[in-house]
Amino acid sequence: MYNFDLVRPTSIDEAVKALGEEDAQPLAGGQTLIPTLKQRLAMPTKLVSLTGIADIKGVCKTDDGQLAIGGGTTHGTVAKEAMADFPGLANLAANVGDPAVRNRGTIGGSLANNDPSACYPAAALGTGATIKTNKREIAADDYFQGMFATALEEAEIITEVRFPIPEKSNYQKFEQQASRFALVGVFVAKYADGVRVAVTGASNEGVFRWSEAESALSSNFSAEAIDSLSAPDGSNMISDLHGSGDYRAHIVKVMTKRAVAAAS
Amino acid sequence: MTKVSMTVNGKSVSGEVEGRTLLVNFLRNDLRLTGTHVGCDTSQCGACVVHVNGEAVKACTMFAAEADGAEVSTIEGAANPDGSLNAIQQAFQDHHGLQCGFCTPGMVMSAAALLKENPKPSEHEIRSYLQGNICRCTGYHNIIKAIMAASGQDVEQIAAE
Amino acid sequence: MPKDTGIGASTKRREDVRFLTGVGNYTDDVNIYGQAYVHFLRSDVAHGRIKNIDTSAASGMPGVVRIFTGADFEGVGGIPCGWQITDRHGNPMQEPAHPVLAQGKVRHVGDPIAAIVAETLEEARDAAEAIELDIEELPAVVDMKAAVADGATKVHDDLENNLCYDWGFVEENREAVDKAIKEAAHVTTLELVNNRLVANPMEPRVAVGDYNRADDMSTLYTTSQNPHVIRLLMGAFVLGIPEHKLRVVAPDVGGGFGTKIFHYAEEAFCTFAARQLKRAVKWTSSRSEAFMSDAHGRDHVTKIELALDKDNNFTAIRTETYANMGAYLSTFAPSVPTWLHGTLMAGNYKTPLIYVNVKAVFTNTVPVDAYRGAGRPEATFQLERVVDKAARELGVDPVALRRQNFITEFPYSTPVAVEYDTGDYDATMDKLQEIADFAGFEARRKESEKRGKLRGLGINCYIEACGIAPSNLVGQLGARAGLYESATVRVNATGGITVMTGSHSHGQGHETSFPQVVAEMLGIDASMVEIVHGDTANTPMGMGTYGSRSIAVGGSAMVRATEKIINKAKKIASHLLEASEADIELKDGQFTVAGTDKSVAWGDVTLAAYVPHNYPLEDIEPGLEETAFYDPANFTYPSGAYACEVEVDPETGKVTVERFAAADDFGNIINPMIVSGQVHGGIAQGVGQALLENCAYDENGQLLSASYMDYAMPRADDVPFYQVDHSCQTPCTHNPLGVKGCGEAGAIGSPPAVINAVIDALHSGGHTHVEHINMPATPARVWAAMQK
Repeated sequence: MYNFDLVRPTSIDEAVKALGEEDAQPLAGGQTLIPTLKQRLAMPTKLVSLTGIADIKGVCKTDDGQLAIGGGTTHGTVAKEAMADFPGLANLAANVGDPAVRNRGTIGGSLANNDPSACYPAAALGTGATIKTNKREIAADDYFQGMFATALEEAEIITEVRFPIPEKSNYQKFEQQASRFALVGVFVAKYADGVRVAVTGASNEGVFRWSEAESALSSNFSAEAIDSLSAPDGSNMISDLHGSGDYRAHIVKVMTKRAVAAAS
Repeated sequence: MTKVSMTVNGKSVSGEVEGRTLLVNFLRNDLRLTGTHVGCDTSQCGACVVHVNGEAVKACTMFAAEADGAEVSTIEGAANPDGSLNAIQQAFQDHHGLQCGFCTPGMVMSAAALLKENPKPSEHEIRSYLQGNICRCTGYHNIIKAIMAASGQDVEQIAAE
Repeated sequence: MPKDTGIGASTKRREDVRFLTGVGNYTDDVNIYGQAYVHFLRSDVAHGRIKNIDTSAASGMPGVVRIFTGADFEGVGGIPCGWQITDRHGNPMQEPAHPVLAQGKVRHVGDPIAAIVAETLEEARDAAEAIELDIEELPAVVDMKAAVADGATKVHDDLENNLCYDWGFVEENREAVDKAIKEAAHVTTLELVNNRLVANPMEPRVAVGDYNRADDMSTLYTTSQNPHVIRLLMGAFVLGIPEHKLRVVAPDVGGGFGTKIFHYAEEAFCTFAARQLKRAVKWTSSRSEAFMSDAHGRDHVTKIELALDKDNNFTAIRTETYANMGAYLSTFAPSVPTWLHGTLMAGNYKTPLIYVNVKAVFTNTVPVDAYRGAGRPEATFQLERVVDKAARELGVDPVALRRQNFITEFPYSTPVAVEYDTGDYDATMDKLQEIADFAGFEARRKESEKRGKLRGLGINCYIEACGIAPSNLVGQLGARAGLYESATVRVNATGGITVMTGSHSHGQGHETSFPQVVAEMLGIDASMVEIVHGDTANTPMGMGTYGSRSIAVGGSAMVRATEKIINKAKKIASHLLEASEADIELKDGQFTVAGTDKSVAWGDVTLAAYVPHNYPLEDIEPGLEETAFYDPANFTYPSGAYACEVEVDPETGKVTVERFAAADDFGNIINPMIVSGQVHGGIAQGVGQALLENCAYDENGQLLSASYMDYAMPRADDVPFYQVDHSCQTPCTHNPLGVKGCGEAGAIGSPPAVINAVIDALHSGGHTHVEHINMPATPARVWAAMQK
């Protein structure tokens, strides 16, 4: 690692101020950033740890029935505390990484990084969540802008993510066997006004909504409704050691069916 | 350099660290607690698992400065106060749950975290919990068996030793 | 005799206590006052010509002690290869130079170009980035068949081509085999790949070189399976340091699996640099670095043909294999596809004619050498896959076809030049069918079908040659070392025993099992025996731990030394008892005059040896310490039968291992608990090879699976509990313990069982066009195979 100063502010204001310095970078749980730093692939002069900011931790239900999760909340906490209200999300969180990673990694960190194989982007996009930052609120549909790219600006910190709680939902992750990240992950959420289906792991463009599946499921929320669809186009999907684009496309369809069947 | 202070295995310690100093390096190099191992650089093998404020974390993926003020426990502090092996350690010996021993500290610390939240885990739950701890020697058979035994479950019926 | 600690007892491991409490002493735990750290600047291209290395800016960076390049090693020896193969035409293999740091060219991603020694590791890394490299990239040689085609780019400019050797075995059988195949009633042909693997012991390699100018003594602490071999190779061939001025210590070593046998450039560098700089130099590999600097394993591309007569008797086997050597010859690399592979091609079967051809090829990849099983898994995989395919083509039961062709009479001389001393292949197959519950398989298959899954049962038989090896034989075969083992048994004055063995323990439990043998022989408790190993300063000589040789060779040396101890102790006892030596019996730690109640205790005899007041000084020397070297008369031949049951998810192609059973014949067994553990670990590695692990390069020689993010290690939820049994025991006839060795069996026996099960599952689901799937059978590959 290149060296840097590490600061641990206790408020968002202090953190934003610290991030104002040149080449300062936020550090959430660090479960992706620290391995990146070890490879010397990033060269921040200052890391601003967000782990000391109590205000951005925790899970609660809002007055309008959404689930609000602080950006600094760990996957482990989400897995436990979201279970009663939003089991689809809790189960997703419970399968991110491994237990030790879940005790450090945070929802805000995952969404800010937007790894194309991460799980949380599928939940955020699949529910039409709102990403709240220290500056503004961003709709999930506007937030994800391709692999590792988001709408976040410099010194912008995810303070909270608000999930509209679906009637039913489920996330199916088909794991890449080495990293255990999603080779394909599909989040399906059923709402009174329709169904959303978001896919992670598969596309060169990062997380995306499978609109054909959404319309089919909106009129008939059953695994059979997916049967009649052809798999999404594999030509722009990730093709690597672990599977071709066409294979991933096929798995998108399989996982979507399974998510619908398992939705609760 | 910044000063960090923490409690490690019940003792107050402090030291000067750089921003980039990982918790595992602080433990191994500054405190000479070399029981915590480094087996990878992608946060996957789990040889470095320690407890920070009672939770299992990968000490190779946390900065020492972030543990300032924390309670840290490592394998060196795992045995009973009289120095005898604790129930998990003893079960690992009784059931041959280790061979080269390199992954073992992380395994024992992960197992302890598991049993704290789930005192009688099933085989499936143990295997699932240990996804972040890689062992190359044992094929996991005897590790799973040891953790089941440590949790008071009868392992006599499990496939041959 | 205390039965809980002698031969056959599942004694709990004494070494566990230090590992479980965090006080083991691994090489990275070794720190020497004033040590500097080295970082290796490694090639990021697979093949290139070094035009210039400018270290001037880097040398002035903070903390830099000195920067070394290939130029600093001119006049220093290269990394030697320990085995010379003679090709089909009687010519020696092509053997390239292997400099410690690259000279002239870089030949694989990870080839070390410069070594930066600095006060801290991060300062060394900083300086590495300031080195200006001018490397002209050359076309990379990756595919083996392309590498030996006419006009291929040469990995080594000074060699004729990229063919290390073209080996035929047994060359005299070639025409007869061709004829038998031509005339056969049925020939089954299979082309397959034995996938390249990375051994991945959990402890990455570490080397700490130290130098004491007061006595001109160099010390190397290293993660090695065989410190004496490193001392010999590095001292004699690389650095020119005589053995009495070079000490090599391999303390606690966190797994080896073959990849820590070899002498590596980093070891030589740290030792060399410590002498130059007059201070200790430490290198700790990161896992990412390990992927591009630890020798890889396997990587064979093979075509095998099995000929059968009209009654389904095997009549001939012909194989052609391309074996990847990588860019340089690692220590034992040439022996793996030849003497550890060709000689095993008979397997468990009485096939009268066999011909094995192996073309070893240089490519721009990391060197390939022995990995758990080394050659024997490659032989077993092709043989057991082709037998399974033959059974399917002929419509016969795969178990029955195997049984029909089993060797049943021993000793048996194979057509590939080895003599199996003992075995009972029907017995292990019977045991397998029992413990794997073949009878219940159909019910389990139906239950899987109900859940939409395809279930398959795969079986496999294996034979391996281990207990490596008779020195005179391997000498004829090209080994540049003897493969005996030594032991010193030092009986201390008060009766406690220290055994110094050349067999290194890095997970195998020697510190527990070796004392069981001595305790049994002397009739004392094993707690009175301590094992010392891993340090050239305290052990007479050692060829180390690999090829499942520790108990068969190292254990036998210890037995021989202990026999000498007993002989001498009886002489002392006869003097103390005033009886004839011939009448002295040793039982339960007491020396007794036969037929009388006169006896003297073990401790009284040992004390007399060191306090020789009442002692036959005119006949024997004081003291009680003996050394023995044991050179085996033959290989040992463990064998067994394995069964795997998998479920395939037909929608995704994902394979899960549901059941696994192993019935092994290891001859006599010292510690059954440890033996089972060895089998468990081997099975997981075999399952890993079959389903998960894939070391892959792209066409430019870039390593695609360069970390655990892309190289899939078996994890706890990838494997089931295993049913293992080693009650079938046909003792080895030529070593004193009747032992055969058990370290590699699991990794040899399991991959074919897994793949045979996958194929069986797919056929049960109607995918009868699938004849083979190359390892690893990843979900994507299995799914692709199912699509016609």
